[in-house]
Amino acid sequence: MAFCSEGCRTAYLAEPERYPVPDDSGSTSAAPGHAIEPQARAGAAPTMTMAPETVHLAIDGMTCASCVASIERSLKSKAGIVDARVNLAAEEATVEFAPDLIEVHELLAAVEAAGYGAAVATDDVEEDAEDAARTRHYRRLLKKFWFAAVVSVPVMYFSYPELFPGIPEKGSTALNLIWGGMAIVTLAVLLWSGSQFFTGAWAALKHRSANMHTLIATGITAAWVYSTVALLFPGFFPEERLRDVFFDVTSVVTALVVLGMALEVRARARTSEALKKLIGLQAKTARVVRGDRELDVPISEVVVGDVVVVRPGEKVPVDGEVLSGASVVDESMVTGEPIPVEKTEGSFVVGATINKTGSFRFRATRVGADTMLAQIIRMVKEAQSSKAPIQRTVDLVAGYFVPAVMILAVLTFMTWYTLGPSPALLYAVITAVTVLVIACPCALGLATPTSLMVGVGKGAENGILIKSGDALETAHKITTVVLDKTGTVTKGEPSLTDVIPLGALSEDAVLRLAASAERGSEHPLGESIVAGALARRLVLSEPSGFEATPGQGIAATVDARRVVLGNLKYMADQGVAAGPAEEVLERFADGGKTPMVVGIDGELAGVVAVADTVKADSIAAVGQLHDLGLEVVMLTGDNHRTARAIAAEVGIDRVLAEVLPEDKAQQVTQLQAEGKVVAMVGDGINDAPALAQANVGLAMGTGTDIAMESGDITLVKGSLTGVVTAIELSKATLRNIRQNLVGAFGYNTLGIPIAAGVLYPFFGVLLSPLIAGAAMAFSSVTVVSNANRLRRWKPSLAREVG
Amino acid sequence: MMDVFFVNVVGFVLIGWIVWYFWLSHSRGVAAATVDGGVQETYIVVKGGYSPDTIEVRAGRPVRLVFNRQEADPCSERVVFDAFGVAADLPTGEDVPVEFTPGAPGEYGFACQMGMLRGRLVVR
Repeated sequence: MAFCSEGCRTAYLAEPERYPVPDDSGSTSAAPGHAIEPQARAGAAPTMTMAPETVHLAIDGMTCASCVASIERSLKSKAGIVDARVNLAAEEATVEFAPDLIEVHELLAAVEAAGYGAAVATDDVEEDAEDAARTRHYRRLLKKFWFAAVVSVPVMYFSYPELFPGIPEKGSTALNLIWGGMAIVTLAVLLWSGSQFFTGAWAALKHRSANMHTLIATGITAAWVYSTVALLFPGFFPEERLRDVFFDVTSVVTALVVLGMALEVRARARTSEALKKLIGLQAKTARVVRGDRELDVPISEVVVGDVVVVRPGEKVPVDGEVLSGASVVDESMVTGEPIPVEKTEGSFVVGATINKTGSFRFRATRVGADTMLAQIIRMVKEAQSSKAPIQRTVDLVAGYFVPAVMILAVLTFMTWYTLGPSPALLYAVITAVTVLVIACPCALGLATPTSLMVGVGKGAENGILIKSGDALETAHKITTVVLDKTGTVTKGEPSLTDVIPLGALSEDAVLRLAASAERGSEHPLGESIVAGALARRLVLSEPSGFEATPGQGIAATVDARRVVLGNLKYMADQGVAAGPAEEVLERFADGGKTPMVVGIDGELAGVVAVADTVKADSIAAVGQLHDLGLEVVMLTGDNHRTARAIAAEVGIDRVLAEVLPEDKAQQVTQLQAEGKVVAMVGDGINDAPALAQANVGLAMGTGTDIAMESGDITLVKGSLTGVVTAIELSKATLRNIRQNLVGAFGYNTLGIPIAAGVLYPFFGVLLSPLIAGAAMAFSSVTVVSNANRLRRWKPSLAREVG
Repeated sequence: MMDVFFVNVVGFVLIGWIVWYFWLSHSRGVAAATVDGGVQETYIVVKGGYSPDTIEVRAGRPVRLVFNRQEADPCSERVVFDAFGVAADLPTGEDVPVEFTPGAPGEYGFACQMGMLRGRLVVR
């Protein structure tokens, strides 16, 4: 069992039965952070008329198991308390009480009577509990810092009688008494301000490992012990100069390192800011239609199938499909796309996005942990805790680092003692302590994960979900980007591109009749013609006598006119002379389009063409990929003619057409065999093997779930510009990681030898342990701050826009 | 002269001890208990280190390691099993189960995010 102080231990050993055995769960199984929740447990106490309530109290000032016991005892001694459990680690008490017998403020008074601070814990979500713990940790470190800092001022002053005026002579009783006082106050600094060094070092030592705490604890203790021995037993040290004390090393180094730790806690909280922002996006309530009423219910009570009402300015609470109404929704927080998206009946809406102009109702399709936002949060969390390959190397080094520094400190001591100038012992102690203090394993350990945290979070902000540190690291090495055509470069669905009148009727008239006839069709090509006509604001008529010949064409009667639509063979079958259309058909087919001949009342009326059109930003994205020096390859199952037409339009240099779905991965393997680092971008189920085979698989967020699972990176917005952004982000993150590593390794490889005194034989220079302490404290803060610089990173496309 | 000799001898002994203690020796492992449904379960306290820090399990069977972090030091707020691609946040004072099924026998490390706290999973 761990005790905060010898006093606690003595108290426990005297009367062990008075204290509860701390169970390893931290003494309570209740999750922290839930507020007063009435519990239906009537009859727990016969005197109660009301059901007991549970309250969580935040406790301040606990240090060990005996504190837990005394608070529990104080609470349980009050009438009306059903149960009281204190969680030391979470600094929280869970109290079950009878509200008619005792009030919450009396509970607080009971805790205060036991000598601790108490407040009702806030009812916010668990994320905040962790935040609160972090804040408490930060404040405690600051308190420790201030104590050490205040002590350091007089200690430093009296440590240098040669330097400062008004100090009693060396060797005088007065100075010895002052130094004796310094020994006592610095011991207090050592044991209170520096307590975490000892607990940390001890815990690590038990596990046969060593860390920063081990080094600092050894360093500051050695300084204190040497000084105290020199003071108490001057007889041990024949030379007068050996009797110098350096209590200032103990207090100043403790102050600096504790301050560094506090600043680091602060800075590290910021590295996960992106994730917190995402979590904060979640709506708290939803307006759900129940019966004929609209009810505001907590988000957790929304179930799949609920009809949810969203008014202008409100957040869409969960994912779903619009049933009625229309609006414009700002989806930038999820997709990174700044332009709001139109939503009408049948559109998919995403939870946490903000409704702008109109009201609409939608049916919830994904709730709770299944919503897109919840999945994004999960993915970001996982990626942030995964390791980049570069870190595995660093870890390997880090595992040997601390014991190696300890060995160096011992060697330094031996060398100075054996070869150093007189007083050898003093130099040996100072240099060994300086070596221990200056080494900073934290900077090494923090270098990669902090940058990765920020980088992955930054990606999420821009609609790029990175699954692992691996993907983020590999993305900067990409040489070749393979794009799937359908759904990636193109929209993935046909749309009307051309209407050529070849008879007496005008363009609009041909389209109106053709589209009206297609209203009976369920074929995607037919639907695209209808959609194209509606987009031109044509008023369509109802067809009658609709008939379809699969693979050839359709026929229907519209406004008493016989309309036929299809290929040349179908026209021949229907008795339409379509000879003049042949040249037009050929031209469209060359352009990668699908043309259809329109015949009206047995006469050739014109040609309509549909095609899978290129996404608006594909051309710009391909251009940018080229600018980054990457080779862009398009992969498609389509015929060469269509593929080349699309490739030419977006400016792709290499096309692999007529690739069977099962061969897509094979093509990627072939490119890899050419020595290329391949990124595959795709959206379909058939792309999944290729996504998995590629060095980095990028799945379109608008595509299938299987593709997203196989990919390493998901582009939520479903735009190729995301590929550019992902590669840029990878480069920026890797640059940041390298800066951190160069800084951390450079610092240690320069700092440790200088601390050991390698400069002394040449220049007579020795590093003061005080400066070493300052350097060590700020090296890890610098690493974290550098990682935080990444938070200002913006994709180049956003920079161009403004 | 005697003191120089003495200091150097002690120094080398100390170096030898550091090498042996931190690199050459290993703490003995704790075998995971098998609970209902054949899951191998172990409770691990996180405080300055993982206790126990070496866990022995059988290959091919599900493993559940329940972590409880009893400190507020942000260093240990996440545990990462790199080899199995799993990681978990460890809120202070809460039991957090980490589940996976190890495939091939071998030694796999787990650590906090910075690699300051380390543990080993020995799969047999």
